[in-house]
Amino acid sequence: MEKWPNNKAWLLVLPVFVIVAFSAIIPLLTVINYSVQDILAPGQSVFVGTEWFKEMLHDYRLHDALWRQFLFSGLVLVIEMPLGILIALAMPKRGWGVAASLVTIALPLLIPWNVIGTIWIIFTRPDIGLFGYYIHKITGIVFDHTARPLDAWITVMLMEVWHWTPLVALLSYAGLRAIPEAYYQAAKIDGASDWSTFWYIQLPKMRGVLTIAVLLRFMDSFLIYAEPFVLTGGGPGNSTTFLSIYLVKIALLQFDLGPGGAFSLIYFVIVLLLSFVFYQALLRVGKGEKG
Amino acid sequence: MARIELNEIAHSYHRKPKRPAEYALKRIHNVWKDGGAYALLGPSGCGKTTLLNIISGLLTPTRGRVLYNGKDVTALPPEKRNIAQVFQFPVLYDTMSVFNNLAFPLRNRGLSEVKIKERVLEVAEILDLTPFLNKRAAGLAADGKQKISLGRGLVRSDVAAILFDEPLTVIDPQMKWELRRKLKVIHEQLKLTFIYVTHDQTEALTFADQVAVMFEGEIVQIGSPQDLFENPEHRFVGYFIGSPGMNFLDCTVEGNTARIDGASIVLDEETAAKGRKAQGKLELGIRPMYLEVHAEFVDGMARAKVKGVEDLGSYKIVTLTLAGKTLKATLPDDKPIPEDEAWLFFPPQWTRLFADGWMIK
Repeated sequence: MEKWPNNKAWLLVLPVFVIVAFSAIIPLLTVINYSVQDILAPGQSVFVGTEWFKEMLHDYRLHDALWRQFLFSGLVLVIEMPLGILIALAMPKRGWGVAASLVTIALPLLIPWNVIGTIWIIFTRPDIGLFGYYIHKITGIVFDHTARPLDAWITVMLMEVWHWTPLVALLSYAGLRAIPEAYYQAAKIDGASDWSTFWYIQLPKMRGVLTIAVLLRFMDSFLIYAEPFVLTGGGPGNSTTFLSIYLVKIALLQFDLGPGGAFSLIYFVIVLLLSFVFYQALLRVGKGEKG
Repeated sequence: MARIELNEIAHSYHRKPKRPAEYALKRIHNVWKDGGAYALLGPSGCGKTTLLNIISGLLTPTRGRVLYNGKDVTALPPEKRNIAQVFQFPVLYDTMSVFNNLAFPLRNRGLSEVKIKERVLEVAEILDLTPFLNKRAAGLAADGKQKISLGRGLVRSDVAAILFDEPLTVIDPQMKWELRRKLKVIHEQLKLTFIYVTHDQTEALTFADQVAVMFEGEIVQIGSPQDLFENPEHRFVGYFIGSPGMNFLDCTVEGNTARIDGASIVLDEETAAKGRKAQGKLELGIRPMYLEVHAEFVDGMARAKVKGVEDLGSYKIVTLTLAGKTLKATLPDDKPIPEDEAWLFFPPQWTRLFADGWMIK
């Protein structure tokens, strides 16, 4: 069949353009608009060019928040990935235990994020919280995430691991179940130990899902806001002030729309850059599988 | 290397099997001789793979014993039995090089690196894998991958037997032929016991010295390809081997003739005598290639109608009806085929009788 130009087809794409414009492009332009102006009062603003960007890029609190963010995401991966894989390996492979363990493990994923913050506030209280009470009883330390940065970090990490390791476990479990039985049979016949079966069969075969798990967990933890905001509000001091929390402080609490806009764009660029790097990594993994 | 004995084996995937239908293997009792090239042939779901997994130790049979060289290994896991198995789909350690794949079973058994290298190079040479030794195994084509699977079995010089579970399923037709020939060469070279599971009769008949035909959880016959063709012990063998399969006609035996709804067919005396004594439902069987189709009547022939002819190039398949029953005959391409009415001759030396499915011997 011959093709002929029919410009009416563009009309069909129009709804998508409109939706994307309202959901992404217009808000983004608004942010860009704010980021180059100093708003003195409603209806009264001055064009300042790249000044806010310069200020934000030199803001030591932003630097601190960024390093804190990397440390947090790094710890998340280092803890959650091996733990998730271990849980998946320990899960039953057949029978009623499969459904039971899947549901139990998936429970934390179903809880609203704000509620999770609240749960852990109560859980770690030394007077009525199960965790805080026994820490106090056994070690004598009064666990207080509102006063001690270390306690705050421990709580945030525990909460994050409890909340999101299930996702890694579920993905790993799916990856494990997808390995054909013949691989295990061959390994048995070749006399492979459990460790070599894991290292040479299970882990390589899980490569695909594990890459996805790393991507999801890194990006999600990099953008984390609700749970630490409810739990610590970024404190004590600034010890758990991650990028999102700092951004909200600037843009909404202090209502500095100019710096807030500049920060948003910087944050956006960092995320975009990381996404690109991860996307490339993912593509490479995909190719390796096929080859 | 070993002689493998299966002693009254039965297996069911049900935990507490009651009815015979719940058994995947009903009764297997036979010996696989050391150094033999065996094929295990049968339709899908007849229990071939189950039997193979019992031999290798991946499954423990519900009943019966497995003996290697007279030693009971029924309770031993596969790694203690020293057996190799090649699966339907290539199984590789895809992060490893071809060399490391081949070395893996030896490393797991703690051999010295010097010995391992010597052995791997030797096997790679046999399998034509030498140029690929340093490549990643995952990068090879399907036939190369299956060779690696086979190689992991061959590297163990003391391997008791190599079991193949439809190993050529994923190989291209051209490579299939080459790989099969390669297997045969390797078998002659190393004199290992090979047991080869397949549902493809060409594969089984070209590969093996002895073919075991399985049907509904039982081995119905073990024999040379020629034996299976000429003397099928069970009607299933007659039907399953050969293309088209054997013709079967319900009959009764009177004197020296088999009667089929009015038509009478002369049998050889010995067959007829046994037929007269046999119990159960009698059937007459003949291979399509032995059934003679003539245009002119001669004494001893039976009248039939020609229903259709398929020309396969080098020969023709004629479909006929005799007393309402359908028969097939294969004829050379140059032989004229009578239209409509034809006379059939059943050469007595190729005409067999079956009672309740089993050939009367």
